[in-house]
Amino acid sequence: MKKKIAQFIGFFFLRLSVILVLAVIVLFLYDIIRRGGGSITWEFLTTAPRRGMTQGGIFPAIIGTLMVTLVTAVLAVPLGMAAAIYLNEYAKQTRLTRLIRLAIRNLSGVPSIVYGLFGVILFVNIFRFGTSILSAGLTLGLLTLPWTVTASEEALKTVPNSFREGSLALGATKWQSIRTNVLPYALPGMLTGTVLGLARAAGETAPIMFTGAAFFLPRIPHSLGDQFMALPYHLYVLSTQHHAILQVRPLAYGTALVLIVFVLGMNLTSIVIRYRLRRKRRI
Amino acid sequence: MNPIAKIDIKRLNFYYGSKQALKDISLVCSVNQVTAVIGPSGCGKSTLIRTLNRMNDVLAGTRVEGRVLIDNQNIFDPGVDVVQLRRNVGMVFQKPNPFPKSIFDNVAYGLRINGLRDHARLSEAVEHSLREAALWDEVKDRLRDNAFALSGGQQQRLCIARSLAVKPEVILFDEPCSAIDPIATAKIEELIFRLKERYTVVIVTHNMQQAARVSDFTAFLMLGELIEFDRTDKIFTSPANKLTEDYVTGRFG
Repeated sequence: MKKKIAQFIGFFFLRLSVILVLAVIVLFLYDIIRRGGGSITWEFLTTAPRRGMTQGGIFPAIIGTLMVTLVTAVLAVPLGMAAAIYLNEYAKQTRLTRLIRLAIRNLSGVPSIVYGLFGVILFVNIFRFGTSILSAGLTLGLLTLPWTVTASEEALKTVPNSFREGSLALGATKWQSIRTNVLPYALPGMLTGTVLGLARAAGETAPIMFTGAAFFLPRIPHSLGDQFMALPYHLYVLSTQHHAILQVRPLAYGTALVLIVFVLGMNLTSIVIRYRLRRKRRI
Repeated sequence: MNPIAKIDIKRLNFYYGSKQALKDISLVCSVNQVTAVIGPSGCGKSTLIRTLNRMNDVLAGTRVEGRVLIDNQNIFDPGVDVVQLRRNVGMVFQKPNPFPKSIFDNVAYGLRINGLRDHARLSEAVEHSLREAALWDEVKDRLRDNAFALSGGQQQRLCIARSLAVKPEVILFDEPCSAIDPIATAKIEELIFRLKERYTVVIVTHNMQQAARVSDFTAFLMLGELIEFDRTDKIFTSPANKLTEDYVTGRFG
């Protein structure tokens, strides 16, 4: 009897925590949709801001965020996966590799503003990419790398060793074994982790603030060397830097809603990718 | 008639870090014979068999001394291509480890990584290997099914077929029946018995009856040392060493 009561109380608290977490998310989404939903019109999504950003839309910011995320992906995805493959499959497990792994894990805890400053020095000044999509994308790429490396490595670890040994024993080279018998099974996990990392980067403000994001641009960027507007930075501007903050509040909420949909969309994509690949591989 | 030596192990020492797992092992495995390696857990029998295709190379911090001659070529020579060695010396593992691919793709795997693309020749080789592993009749109508759909015993025979497909000369079995039921075990033992007509077979087993049933020669290992190596009937009926006798009669181990 006592046990049963203890169990009831235990489950009650577990259930309560789930409900609390869910409630916060639902409230949060509800609030943003309620305040921002009204701003979402076709015009809002497809035109540039007008009249000192008190009217018009956020089209340049949407395009800017898309472009910068693409640059981020181009840097972080291949490099992160390659580093993970090296660390997990090739590198001898010595004190040095453990140290490197620890350093990578720790990098994911570095505040994003620090990446922003680092990006200014490295990409804007030393490499002379200027404040541009390229600089901002690469900075976000650096920010994402620790996540993609770690997620990819975790995914590689889930592939049983017997797959590797089995193919090596048949006379596969190490690379053949990895390519045909490890990567296909690790890929869904690698992609999921990577896309989640990208989604997180897409919502960052601090790293792009100094490296390329612009307060206001009337047109969409034409090249990687251009400055750009981005959703998170635009939101920051509308909610704290604007001369008529109260007047543009609905626009700020609208921007927040678009940003959230964008990020959730990416997360959803990663889930779909994983599901598709899993089903195809049938493991 | 004296059997021809295929694998000649000479004064082999093996270390995991500072721990010595094999101590000065010397023995000969002969062509078209089954050599069984028996001994209590942790005696080094798996380590021994895994040195023969240099599978232990994969593990960090290991060191090997001595020589293993296969067809009079020391497999530890710097010039030896370990990939080529493993094609020549196949291995079947303790737990059936089919790849999560179709039955066909499992058997074709070794041929494909060797660059064989021609479908007709692949099909032919797959059928031949599956027949050789006594699995063809059970799977011929579902070659496209995932290998995981097979039973444990079938999976193990699939792994055997997969090894046979790359045409090795030696096949190493590392406790191939420890994870499968007695009926499936009987099928695999029968298979091993027939395989020796064409291959040199080395089998590690913790099951003494199995060693007695399938092998021609038996090596008894304890704590990394080779206690006795002789014809299997001799080991099981009149062993020279007291330790061997105690082990095969089930007094320990």
